[in-house]
Amino acid sequence: MKKILHWEDLEVGSEVTPLPKVATTQILVKWAGASGDFNPLHYEDTFATSQGVGKPIVHGQLKRAWLVQLVTDWIGDQGTLRRFSCQFRGMDYPRLMRNISEPQEGETWWCKGKVTKKYIGDKEHYVDCDIWVENGKGEVTTRGSATVALPTRC
Amino acid sequence: MLPQEVTQLIGKVGETVVLQVELGAIRKFADAVGDANPLYWDADYATSTRFGGVIAPPGFFGWPTVWKKAMPFFSELRSHVMDIIANAGYARIVDGGIEYDLYVPVRAGDTLSAISVVKDVYERETKTGKMIFSIIETTYTNQWSQLVAAARQTLVHR
Repeated sequence: MKKILHWEDLEVGSEVTPLPKVATTQILVKWAGASGDFNPLHYEDTFATSQGVGKPIVHGQLKRAWLVQLVTDWIGDQGTLRRFSCQFRGMDYPRLMRNISEPQEGETWWCKGKVTKKYIGDKEHYVDCDIWVENGKGEVTTRGSATVALPTRC
Repeated sequence: MLPQEVTQLIGKVGETVVLQVELGAIRKFADAVGDANPLYWDADYATSTRFGGVIAPPGFFGWPTVWKKAMPFFSELRSHVMDIIANAGYARIVDGGIEYDLYVPVRAGDTLSAISVVKDVYERETKTGKMIFSIIETTYTNQWSQLVAAARQTLVHR
């Protein structure tokens, strides 16, 4: 039985359960195939250099998908993501691979969030959150917001 | 003042794209994200929930099929908007972000129709000069004619 997050459990300022992520070159390859984003900006050194970012960068849309998971992990099966937005504020660079399956040592990203509003709508009980991705230095490279509908205890 | 060929973009509608939401594509997507949610991976579990079967992560609409058409960022309408604004002198672009309204879950096996429209194009004066913002809204409808989601993507042209 999975834990259920109820609307009554939250207050403005409540923390969204943080979610750690590691971007690797291997994950970027997977994401390119899964998303259909074959922009060489994300896998070719020379092209990335010509675009002024130095080396291949993490797909913004992958960071978006991380933030969606942050919210869906937190609200569980009984909660529903109703509105989601994010903006890309900074570049991220993937870890290289140490061997066929493990990344080198390096940066870990943290997806985080905080409740900003709690209210009752026409049909559902809602919570709004700020959500963001922090890089290994604690800098926010992606920022957004989410509105979720949650079950109530009564 | 924006050139007329730029302002005339507002309201322009792209072609309808049909997207198949395949179970394998959902799992490749979830794998790349690193999302082990059993709603995407465990059909028995998913069937036991209120969803009644495997669903797609929010924001996954079955892409890719034909990659240029499947993602709003790379659609033909988006390319057209980028070309026209580039011709007006704003050739460099930055992804300004995306916003979703999510209405009903996307399920494995769904067929979605996506249609995009240029919602807005406007100019802003910033510290680093003039920029143009273009917003394309893509709405997704499923095989039961239910509105599934609306995605609004902003591009910043400099």
